Amino acid sequence: MYELIASNKRRSILLIAGFVGVLTLVGMAFGLLVGYGWQGTAFALVFSGGLAFASYWKADAVALAVSRARPADPAQYRRLYNLVEGLTIASGLPMPRIYIVDDPAPNAFATGRNPRHAAIAVTTGLLEKMNRVELEGVLAHELSHVKNYDILVSTIAVTLVGAVALLSDLAFRTMFWNGGRVSREGDRENHNNPLAIFGLLFVMLAPVVAWAMQAAISRRRESLADASAVQMTRYPPGLVSALEKLLADTTVTHSASKATAHLWIEQPMSGVGDRGRFGGFNQLFDTHPPLEERIAALREL
Amino acid sequence: MTWLIVLIVVVVLVALAGLFLYNGLVSKRNRVENAWSQIDVQLKRRNDLIPNLVETVKGYAAHERGTLDAVVQARNAAMSATTPVAAAQAENQVAGALRQLFALSEAYPDLKANQNFLSLQEELSATEGRVAYARQFYNDSVLAYNTAIQKFPATLIASRMGFRAREYFEADEGARQAPTVSF
Repeated sequence: MYELIASNKRRSILLIAGFVGVLTLVGMAFGLLVGYGWQGTAFALVFSGGLAFASYWKADAVALAVSRARPADPAQYRRLYNLVEGLTIASGLPMPRIYIVDDPAPNAFATGRNPRHAAIAVTTGLLEKMNRVELEGVLAHELSHVKNYDILVSTIAVTLVGAVALLSDLAFRTMFWNGGRVSREGDRENHNNPLAIFGLLFVMLAPVVAWAMQAAISRRRESLADASAVQMTRYPPGLVSALEKLLADTTVTHSASKATAHLWIEQPMSGVGDRGRFGGFNQLFDTHPPLEERIAALREL
Repeated sequence: MTWLIVLIVVVVLVALAGLFLYNGLVSKRNRVENAWSQIDVQLKRRNDLIPNLVETVKGYAAHERGTLDAVVQARNAAMSATTPVAAAQAENQVAGALRQLFALSEAYPDLKANQNFLSLQEELSATEGRVAYARQFYNDSVLAYNTAIQKFPATLIASRMGFRAREYFEADEGARQAPTVSF
C-alpha cells in the first residue's frame, strides 16, 4: 500500500512534466502556424509552468466550482458526516471537507492535493438512493482516492487537460485568421514553412492524446480504489450493492463536464457502454472500467 | 587514505540507516498509541450520549424501568471499569442493553417519531460504527508495528531499544456477533 502511494506521487510529477511537455509542443506548433516562432514556445513554456503550479494549489477549488458543489451543512447531513468520520478513524486520515452537488443522478467524487486538503462531494441523488451501508461503501471508495493520492494526480489532470484543449483550439482558430497579420497577399507563394503542416497535425491531435492519457490514468486508479475501499470497511457487499444501483440507474450526471469525468465514482457521461462501430476506439476514452467488471472483481474478494 | 574515506563513508551510511530505522519504528509505535486512545475517545462519546437517550425514552415509556435501569447501570460500570478486561465486558453489556432499548422502542410509535430520539439513534449507531473502526485501525496499526520490529535488520535493535510487540484487540465471543446496534 505504501509503495503504491509513493509510486502515485512519482506518477503525478511525471504527469505534470508530461503535460508541460505537451503544452510546450502545442506552443511551438502555435508559433509555427501563426508565425511568431520562438515567442510562441516561450509563452507556452511560461504559461504551462504557471498553470502546473497554480493547479497544484487551486485545482480542487476549480473542480468543485465546475461541479457547482456547495459545502454540506453538518447539522443537515448528520448521517453523511458520521459515516465519513467513522471511515477516517478506520483509515487514520484527517477529516476531509464535505460538499453537496444538487443533481438527481447518484454520483460522488474526491479532490484536493493531499489528505490534509482533501474534499469529498456527493450528489443529492446519491444520498436519496443509497442506504447506509451502500453510502458507506461509496464514501470509502472516495476516501481511498484521498489515501492513495489519486486526487492529486486526477485533479491536476483536470486543469492541464483543459489547458491543452484550450490552447489547441486557440491555435486552430487563430490560424484561420492568418495569425492577425492583415496582408494575405502572396500567401500562396509562401512555401518557406513546411513544418507548419506538422504543427497543424499536432494541434489537432494534442487534445485527443491528452484525453486518452487522462482516461488511462483514471481506469487503473478506480479498480484500486474499489479494493482499498473494501479494505477500509471490511464489508464488500456494501460497495457491490452500491455499484449495482449505479449500474441500474441511467440518469446522466449533468454537473459533470468532460474535464472532471474521471473524478466521479461512476462515469457520468451518456453513451458509456454503447459499443457500436467505434466501440473499441471509444473505449480508449473511458475514464472508468465497466461497472460489471468492477462488481465482478469485488465479488472475488 | 582512500580506505579511511571509504570507512568514514560506510560508518556514516550505517548511522544514517539506523537513524531512519529508529525514527520509522517510533512513528509506528506512536500510531499504535494513538489508535488505542481513539478507541477510548469513541467509547466515551457513546457513554456521553446514553443519559440523553434514557431521558428521551423516559418521556414516552417511563414504565419500562427495567430496561432503562439496565442501560444506565451498564454505562456506569463501563465508566468506572479500570482494567481492560473489565472495560471490554462492560462495553459489551452497554451494547446489549442498548439493543434491548431500541428493540423496545418499536412498541412506541410516538417515540419512534420523536426527532430527538431519531437523531440519538443515528448518533449511537454511528458511534458503534466508529468504535468498531477504531478497533480495526488499532489492529492494523499493531500489525504494521509488529511486522516492522520483527523484520531484519530492525529485529537486531528493536528489543534493545525498548520496542516490544503489542497485542491485538480481540473481540470475545459475545462481542463478535454484535458490534452494531440493529434496528
